[in-house]
Amino acid sequence: MNELRELYQEVILDHGRNPRNFRRIEDADGEARGDNPLCGDRVHVYVKLDGAGGLGDVAFQGRGCAITTASASIMTELLKGRGEAEARRLFDLFHAVCTDEAFDPLDVPEEFEEELDRLLVMAGVRQFPMRVKCATLPWHTFAAALDGKATATTE
Amino acid sequence: MSPDSTPTLRPNYDVLAIREDFPILAREVFGKPLVYLDTGASAQKPRQVIRAMTQVMEETYSNVHRGVHFLSQACTDQFEAARETVARFIGAREADEVVWTRGATEAINLVAAAWGRANVGPGDRIVISTLEHHSNIVPWQLLRDGTGAELAVIPVDDAGEVDLDAYAALLADGRAKLVSVTHVSNSIGTVLPIAEMARMAHEKGALFMVDGCQAAPHMAVDVQALDVDFYCFSGHKTYGPTGIGALWGRKELLDAMPPYQGGGEMIAHVTFEKSTFKAAPHKFEAGTPAIVEAVGLGAALDYIEAIGRDAILAHETEVAEYARERLAAVPGVSVIGHARERGAIVSFTMDQAHPHDIGTIVDRAGVAVRAGHHCAFPVMERFDVGATARASFGLYNMKSEVDRLVEALDEVAEIFGR
Ligand SMILES: Cc1ncc(COP(=O)(O)O)c(C=O)c1O
Repeated sequence: MNELRELYQEVILDHGRNPRNFRRIEDADGEARGDNPLCGDRVHVYVKLDGAGGLGDVAFQGRGCAITTASASIMTELLKGRGEAEARRLFDLFHAVCTDEAFDPLDVPEEFEEELDRLLVMAGVRQFPMRVKCATLPWHTFAAALDGKATATTE
Repeated sequence: MSPDSTPTLRPNYDVLAIREDFPILAREVFGKPLVYLDTGASAQKPRQVIRAMTQVMEETYSNVHRGVHFLSQACTDQFEAARETVARFIGAREADEVVWTRGATEAINLVAAAWGRANVGPGDRIVISTLEHHSNIVPWQLLRDGTGAELAVIPVDDAGEVDLDAYAALLADGRAKLVSVTHVSNSIGTVLPIAEMARMAHEKGALFMVDGCQAAPHMAVDVQALDVDFYCFSGHKTYGPTGIGALWGRKELLDAMPPYQGGGEMIAHVTFEKSTFKAAPHKFEAGTPAIVEAVGLGAALDYIEAIGRDAILAHETEVAEYARERLAAVPGVSVIGHARERGAIVSFTMDQAHPHDIGTIVDRAGVAVRAGHHCAFPVMERFDVGATARASFGLYNMKSEVDRLVEALDEVAEIFGR
């Protein structure tokens, strides 16, 4: 049961129940839809640029499990106000947290030390390989929105 | 229900003995005895099937219909005997009406491609229902897109039953060429009134095809009594191996259809100018077939028949109805689909938790359920759920396993709230 408790931490349950930035951005500069064909979960991610190479606003909508919803919610909080390049590096780091068995929090670059705690809440999915895609779907969708692609999938 | 018709007293149905036949049921998952409630996705295999397949490979294996040597004859005999077993199992008039396929998906694609290309044109209509698995939707969309035909869908009511008035309306103008529906819904368990629907289709000149995936393993099927035109099912859902399934079609329909794929095994004669084809069913079986798997499927059907499909149906119904009752009593749980006639499938959602999270949590308690859309997006949409958790039962399941599921849901409530 420990692994379950680690997966469903209070922070995740809270974001799952009360997702932040759960809305559409009408004048988004980028938006994409992400599908997880395995379970039918779907997220829409909206990105608004601030005109100075940064992310002015990031929001999402969709229907998904607690992991997908919480991951999307935490992602929007982490991304707002960041530079594009920095956002992509954060995605790489998040990906490592979710998938890399050898991931060592001590190796985290200095620039993201402050974000580490909020990334690590998702580390529990590593023990649930079938659920990794739930955690990464919002981020893939965000990357697709940045790249001007309309859709992303976990496949 | 009168006391003597209650199905609880069935001394002949020895579920513990049956479970002994399935080696995998003895294993543990995360330190707990496995509770396998995902038979709708694929059934576990009894020793009898494993042994039959091993026997072929160890003793009689060779290619079929090819050689003059001893093994080729022995193996062909077994392979064709399995076809006869399928024919008996579904009440076909003769074994030549049974075409081996990789499964139900290939069977439906075969009819859509071979029968469809020869018989469907612009303005014609193919009718399916809201309850279909994607494999009984997409092949017809491909046919529609290739021919200019129309694809129409019979709606279902809130209980999950097909709307027969709407169905009659789709047949009324006589443009429907073929109706293809599932016998039992894989997502919410509805049993469709196949005999009645087939009669309605025939009255208006349409053929009738049935996707029997979720019916063949659970109830007696008689294609002649149902008076349908095509019927198909998958081996792996009937306690047999993967990679094999069967399409049954009326002889005269199969004879009139062009081939599906070309290759060896299906030809009578080949020159570069022209090839002639064998008669059905071989016309539809290009290439070396799944020989070992066909024999395995034959063994699986023999196994089912030895227990008896009426006994299986009574047992599974009892377990599934118990599951409906117990699940409905769990706070926050809604059972989706309340058709009067229903199979051994119970789909549910829980207010507090997404089906995917339910699936993960009960898995850690050793309970395997399916969580997702069950390859039936339109059903999810109809009932306005993104996904459901689904417990589907087989001939080896027990009420005590339902109890284990319900206990595991308590852990879901523990995490997500009550
Ligand atoms: C009702 C129904 N039809 C068709 C299929 C497809 O079967 P297969 O994948 O074995 O071809 C399934 C299996 O999930 C099913 O439940």
